[in-house]
Amino acid sequence: MSIDLSQFYQVFFEEAAEHLATMETLLLALDVSNPGMDELNAIFRSAHSIKGGAGTFGFNDMTEVTHVLETLLDKLRKQEMTLTDEMVSAFLEAGDVISTQLAAHRGEGEVDQAEVKSVCEKLALLTNKKQAASLPVAVAIEQKPKEDAYGFFDDPQEALAISVDSSVPASGQDQVENPDYGFFDEIPAIASPVQADPGYGFFDDEPVPSAPVVTQIDPGYGFFDDEPVVSVPAEPDQKSSEQNNKKGYGFFTETPVEQAARQTRQGYGILNEPLAPLPNETSQQIALVTTPVNVDKPAVTAISPTAQTAQTANRRASDKPAAAQAESSIRVSVEKVDQLINLAGELVITQAMLTQSAQEAISEGNERLQRGLYQLERNTRDLQEAVMSIRMMPISFVFSRFPRLVRDLAGKLNKQVELKTIGENTELDKGLIEKISDPMTHLVRNSLDHGIESPEKRIAAGKDPCGTITLKASHQGGNVVIEVADNGGGLSRGRILAKAKERGLPMRDDMTDQEVWMLIMEPGFSTAEVVTDVSGRGVGMDVVRRNITELGGRLELDSVEGFGSRTIIRLPLTLAILDGLSVSVGAETYIIPLNAIVESLQVSSVDLKTVSSDGQLLRVRGEYLPLVKVHEVFNTKPKADTLEKGIAVIVEAEGKKTALFVDELLGQHQVVIKSLESNFRKIQGISGATIMGDGRVALILDVATLILYNAQRER
Amino acid sequence: MAKTVLSVDDSSSIRQMVSFTLKGAGYEVIEASDGQEGLEKAKMKTVDMVLTDQNMPRMDGLTMIKNLRALPSYRNVPILMLTTESGDAMKQQGKAAGATGWLVKPFDPAKLLEVTKKVIG
Repeated sequence: MSIDLSQFYQVFFEEAAEHLATMETLLLALDVSNPGMDELNAIFRSAHSIKGGAGTFGFNDMTEVTHVLETLLDKLRKQEMTLTDEMVSAFLEAGDVISTQLAAHRGEGEVDQAEVKSVCEKLALLTNKKQAASLPVAVAIEQKPKEDAYGFFDDPQEALAISVDSSVPASGQDQVENPDYGFFDEIPAIASPVQADPGYGFFDDEPVPSAPVVTQIDPGYGFFDDEPVVSVPAEPDQKSSEQNNKKGYGFFTETPVEQAARQTRQGYGILNEPLAPLPNETSQQIALVTTPVNVDKPAVTAISPTAQTAQTANRRASDKPAAAQAESSIRVSVEKVDQLINLAGELVITQAMLTQSAQEAISEGNERLQRGLYQLERNTRDLQEAVMSIRMMPISFVFSRFPRLVRDLAGKLNKQVELKTIGENTELDKGLIEKISDPMTHLVRNSLDHGIESPEKRIAAGKDPCGTITLKASHQGGNVVIEVADNGGGLSRGRILAKAKERGLPMRDDMTDQEVWMLIMEPGFSTAEVVTDVSGRGVGMDVVRRNITELGGRLELDSVEGFGSRTIIRLPLTLAILDGLSVSVGAETYIIPLNAIVESLQVSSVDLKTVSSDGQLLRVRGEYLPLVKVHEVFNTKPKADTLEKGIAVIVEAEGKKTALFVDELLGQHQVVIKSLESNFRKIQGISGATIMGDGRVALILDVATLILYNAQRER
Repeated sequence: MAKTVLSVDDSSSIRQMVSFTLKGAGYEVIEASDGQEGLEKAKMKTVDMVLTDQNMPRMDGLTMIKNLRALPSYRNVPILMLTTESGDAMKQQGKAAGATGWLVKPFDPAKLLEVTKKVIG
């Protein structure tokens, strides 16, 4: 029977990637001076699992590296060696190498063999430094070629090389020294008196001595018959042909010789050695089992790459709940989930349409219909929420990449930094998770490079030489708030203003701190004295801000000179649903994202100022805001023929406010976002569309580009 | 009625492979991702054979086997350890815990099937 293993590759890849991530996280959290046993065990288990899977699925290059890695980890967890910083670095490097190997198997990128070699050597060196291992890692490495020992199953002959007692029967041509599987009863050489019976201490344990059935053959086998599970009756015919088959355990019937040969050949042993009758043979077989491990070490390695660890005594599996959690889930492709979300969205729309068209019947007093519709509405909403929650992922997926980044960067910059994360379980949409990662990386790099000072500077300033970067996430209303804070030097108002002046950025004399901080998000702004390879090319914060805005989020900056700074990102929970205010302009309905709206007010002509040919400003509490008439932007005919008859909605994006002029406000809705781009084409000022309860399409306004539109028009 | 095999392994790719292989040969397969879960599932339905990994979170294979053997309904159910550790120490421990046999990882599906057939037909 041949099974195409490649069908399991995908699962293995994902699994291995998870293990690598777990390993890295644990390594980074490890207290080198006093590593926790649980952590070491968990790290070992991750490496071990990768190795097991890689071996099974034939990714021998990965098996090699994980094997060397595992060997050292095993020594650590058995406390034969003590952990050093150097080791942690080597482990991390090994993790990187395995990652690239994994990627290569996935068809992404190539593996730098030199790097693989160097990591393996490094690990081997560390392993052998203090004490020679029972099996030096170096040996294992040399044996790489033997890796095809994994092919062992396909080609048992190969394993024959290993000498087995010649006394084993001729059929032993296929003898393999190291049994790949076996049954434990044979090991107990205890078997002495009644050939079979006593030899199976196993059976003695069995209180169920229902020997009668078994008597004919061998009392020792009675145990299988006792076993109600094994369908003895089901195969009565076979009794005649093969005695043992009666019990369902065909292997017991074989003559000892045959079995011995077979056992070895097949690489498995039957510990239950029913064949024990001949004492010699029994012992011989025991020898078979043990020989390879003790005597023929290289061979063992060849056959089973894990043999080195084979002698490991009982491994206490300490557990990390995280791992268990991961396993209690199922993997579903994102497309399926998205389809589900889409369908739930359609259902919400249908339900809204149904409710609207049933209004008449309801107002005529059809209570049953009304109740039914209420229930439908509730169920639909619950369904949609439940479906949306599938896409929700904890932000730890993003946070988890930072410990490594901070460690590496801090090393490069000779800074001491501690990373703290708060609220890692805060959930947000998968799409957001993917897109928030880059901007956050940028912020963390900025904090490290520009924020946290060198230890000397910190000491001089009376601070702890070790700086802190804090990542924090939480839910606030319908938003996710992510904070990147550091206790470094903070932003310097003077330097920012000087730089802004030099760059010719728009500025006033009476700018608030907030406004000054916002200057660093202008394109081309950079105050770093030295442009490093870490950050500070001046293409930073403006890109970050744009990314966040594209996600429907907002960015705020807070800083105190000498004490540190904090960047706050506010994001909507999801990209698929939007809380919006519907407004009408002429015959059209538009949706304005609620999170962009500051306030709305009636326009009074007193507050209007015309600045240029057709530019108008609206004074709101002493602040003059540009007025954008939505009907002009989209070229429709408004119902409000004078400005006094309409409403101005004050919106804010990227730190800029604008007044949008519309006919009237209709109401607040949760709308399902439909992409206009994929269904029609991209339109300036529109971020998407939705279907309203009455079945009509309403366009969702893209506030940020509308503000930009206005700025461009001014020019 | 199809024989049921309980496959206990913390690696879902290995579990999938075991399931696929055995189901293809007409066995029923119940999966568990660690010893604890394996024990729970074993209690829910007495299976015909148990295949278990050793190194797992929460509860390792040996502990699970000991626990299973303490259950009257599992006194005689064959339990095979799928393990990367093929050393004697491991085997002795496996035997002491009550395992019926072992199968060394990595293994190929055909081997697994072959052994399974031997054990439960």
